[in-house]
Amino acid sequence: MEGYLNLFVKSIFIENMIFAYFLGMCSYLAVSKTVKTALGLGFAVIFVLAITVPINFLLDTYLLRPGALKWLDPSYAEIDLSFLSFIMFIAVIASMVQLVEMIVEKFAPALYGALGIFLPLIAVNCAILGGSLFMQQKDFSGVSESAVYGLGSGIGWLLAILAIAAIREKIIYSNVPAPLRGLGITFIITGLMALGFMSFMGIKL
Amino acid sequence: MADKESTHSKKNTLLFLNKESEPLFSKKNRTLLTDPLDDNNPITVQVLGICSALAITVQLKPALVMSLSVVAVMGASNVIISLLRNLIPNRIRIIVQLVVVASMVILVDQILRAYAYDVSKQLSIFIGLIITNCIVMGRLEAFALGNGVWKSFLDGIGNASGYGFILIVVAFFRELFGSGKLFGYQIIPDILYEMGYENNGLMLLSPMALITVGVFIWIQRARNRKLIEKN
Repeated sequence: MEGYLNLFVKSIFIENMIFAYFLGMCSYLAVSKTVKTALGLGFAVIFVLAITVPINFLLDTYLLRPGALKWLDPSYAEIDLSFLSFIMFIAVIASMVQLVEMIVEKFAPALYGALGIFLPLIAVNCAILGGSLFMQQKDFSGVSESAVYGLGSGIGWLLAILAIAAIREKIIYSNVPAPLRGLGITFIITGLMALGFMSFMGIKL
Repeated sequence: MADKESTHSKKNTLLFLNKESEPLFSKKNRTLLTDPLDDNNPITVQVLGICSALAITVQLKPALVMSLSVVAVMGASNVIISLLRNLIPNRIRIIVQLVVVASMVILVDQILRAYAYDVSKQLSIFIGLIITNCIVMGRLEAFALGNGVWKSFLDGIGNASGYGFILIVVAFFRELFGSGKLFGYQIIPDILYEMGYENNGLMLLSPMALITVGVFIWIQRARNRKLIEKN
């Protein structure tokens, strides 16, 4: 249990997708103009990450890894399909996003309208594929660990986009030098926030 | 429907080069190549492909390899999608694009592993992340789906070079000030260190990548005032 908690906290703060690895920056910069849309996108990302990371973990363990096909027949133990992992992961992610889109459209049409183009764009959010690829590198022992990791990194991403959206809502009242307005100042603020998040690095879990 | 007909008939003439009029490097085609370097830079103006741009710019060498990989992937996938553009059903186009890009990326990844293993280790997951690099998808959506093969190829190469340009500039400053080296060779002379000069370790940390890009945007927009945002 403690291991899960450690992993959870670690994936939210210490290995924050945005501030430590810069994954998902594109939508982070594009969708962070208001808190409301940022919140919607953040929850969609949590949902997709928490589902795709465990699914891809199963795929990796039972299909792609060297020797993963042993459960089918001992003679398959030599097969290494890991070069297919990019294409398998992205296929899972794209179909999951399609599914989420249909569910949201059916049950929450208002949210669907608000999210608009951003929902299909989750498929190309680097944070999602990055989550799966990091999962592959981390050698988790079971599905539940990978699910906790997916959920944690999703929450970390939500926190980051919420924070920057709130700052950007306020910063329009301040007097930023004209060439820095908009994108430039957002980059610099994100850099300063990332400096702040680096203080978590000293925590050993 | 009538629209579809016209694009289909046009396709035959546009399929390879638009033979009738334009020369290969007409002025319009040249701007496709040069525009993304400054006025329409994918990173600082279109805000595409930031993720990988920041994470791998600690040293020049991986940044250079990454830029070349993106040039290769974008050129190839833009050509393929542009060839297929009239065959892809609109509803599943994202998945088709992802599959094409993913296969290109797998090729690049395998080549790097075979011939440049240490750089490939350094880049780790970021080669895989070219798949979801928004530059590739963004240009496929915005350009290759609606334009001829040669133009799409130029657009792909141009945008990838614009991306590579920023990568290399940022990596140059980070490696020079962070570790006093370029491509792993020492640049800052020993005598400076003896006089008390210290490398700025902060430049090696990830937040400085963001701030460097921010400053780059500042300089670019101060020079080119029409890019300034209203708010």
